[in-house]
Amino acid sequence: MKKINQTSRANRYWLLGLSLACILLMILSVFSDKVSGPFKVAANVTVIPMQQGINHIGGWLGDVNDSFKTLKEVQSENKKLKERVDELITENNNLQEDKYELERLQALYKLDQNYAEYEKVGAHVIGKDTGNWFSTFTIDKGSKDGIEKDMNVIAGTGLVGIVTETGPTWAKVRSIIDDSSNVSGMVLSTSDRCIVEGDLSLLTDGKIRFEQMENNDNTINVGEQIVTSYISDKYLQGILIGYVSEVNVDSNNLTRSGYITPAVDFKNLQEVLVITTTKSSMTESK
Amino acid sequence: MKKDKIRRFLVTAVILLGCYLLQCTVFPKLVLASIKPNLLLIVTASFGFMRGQKEGMLLGFFAGLMVDIQFGSILGFYALIYLVIGYINGWFRQMYYDEDIKLPLCLIAGSEFVYGLAVYVLQFMLRSEFNFPYYLNHIIIPELIYTIVVTLVLYPLILFINHRLEAEEKRSASKFV
Repeated sequence: MKKINQTSRANRYWLLGLSLACILLMILSVFSDKVSGPFKVAANVTVIPMQQGINHIGGWLGDVNDSFKTLKEVQSENKKLKERVDELITENNNLQEDKYELERLQALYKLDQNYAEYEKVGAHVIGKDTGNWFSTFTIDKGSKDGIEKDMNVIAGTGLVGIVTETGPTWAKVRSIIDDSSNVSGMVLSTSDRCIVEGDLSLLTDGKIRFEQMENNDNTINVGEQIVTSYISDKYLQGILIGYVSEVNVDSNNLTRSGYITPAVDFKNLQEVLVITTTKSSMTESK
Repeated sequence: MKKDKIRRFLVTAVILLGCYLLQCTVFPKLVLASIKPNLLLIVTASFGFMRGQKEGMLLGFFAGLMVDIQFGSILGFYALIYLVIGYINGWFRQMYYDEDIKLPLCLIAGSEFVYGLAVYVLQFMLRSEFNFPYYLNHIIIPELIYTIVVTLVLYPLILFINHRLEAEEKRSASKFV
């Protein structure tokens, strides 16, 4: 009996000690980013390489699967594609002409081309959040590859999220569908600003919410593009967030809110592009 | 005796790492209604009631810490939740028998509920998201059910590994005498 008491007392000390350690970590990590440094390095040598490995195996299996497509299919597709290439070449030539004309005209009007092209780095998604409450994921590029905090992450043409933390060879990305994410957006055609919020309760519908859009005379139609706005200090301007799927006037009659279908398919996200220019570095250089 | 301890440590570490890797690489592909089961909780809880409070606590602490490092917003949050869950499950060690699968299932279901509740209260309610019935019906309960289903597969495996380890330990102990 005495022995049992002793062990349970020892366990209570363990509980107390470890809980205190947790609370201390929480308090410290709220105030400073440096605390998590050693842990990130530890993750870098243990978990990250294995996740990358699993990711590679998955990719390889996918490749093998793809190469089993019947030869016939590929041949007929090839034929079609060749015809398409011819079409596209002629189309491309026309477009090239237009492009030169556009460039000339833009130079003429001295249009600011700052936002048109950002430098990007490709990265693989190697791990997704273990729980069901948040939508964060890790990518296989980190501070060694030049990734920094607050860099914007896109996939295809749409905004995926933002880098919130970096380890040596990995980075944590919070996606815009995460419940704690807020992005300042605007309607592309009318430049009306709004706040785009991720919402856990809309996650299964594949939608996100927008709020606080001025209820003015501009009509917003379903299907209009919402892009990141010019007032955000973290998100670069003009990245496509998604398309309006529903607009309602709020009960206060001053603002409008509604839902957006994101431009990115978050369920099958495998490769993303990280824009290596941050908004703060851009405003500094100016 | 020391060899046994090292072996147990290594095996436990491999189980934990394996479950963690599965959880964040393979299981996101196996979601049902955008819900995935919580393997780490199964491991933490079952080590709690199989091996006692201390091992449950330590395992929970490290499982939570890994989640915190890679996915959490602040360090130590999930570590604390898993730690407490491991400790509480340790209380039930005296009531636990190998053959009985009802108690483990109940305990893991209970742990899953407590985990969901803790995350809701600390991360959502404090941000004034008060629609608790929604979160209960769409996140907590589905995750609980899915986790229970996975438990039916994973728990016998953990039990088997534990049996093997205990048999080895007994053998070397009797040799020692």
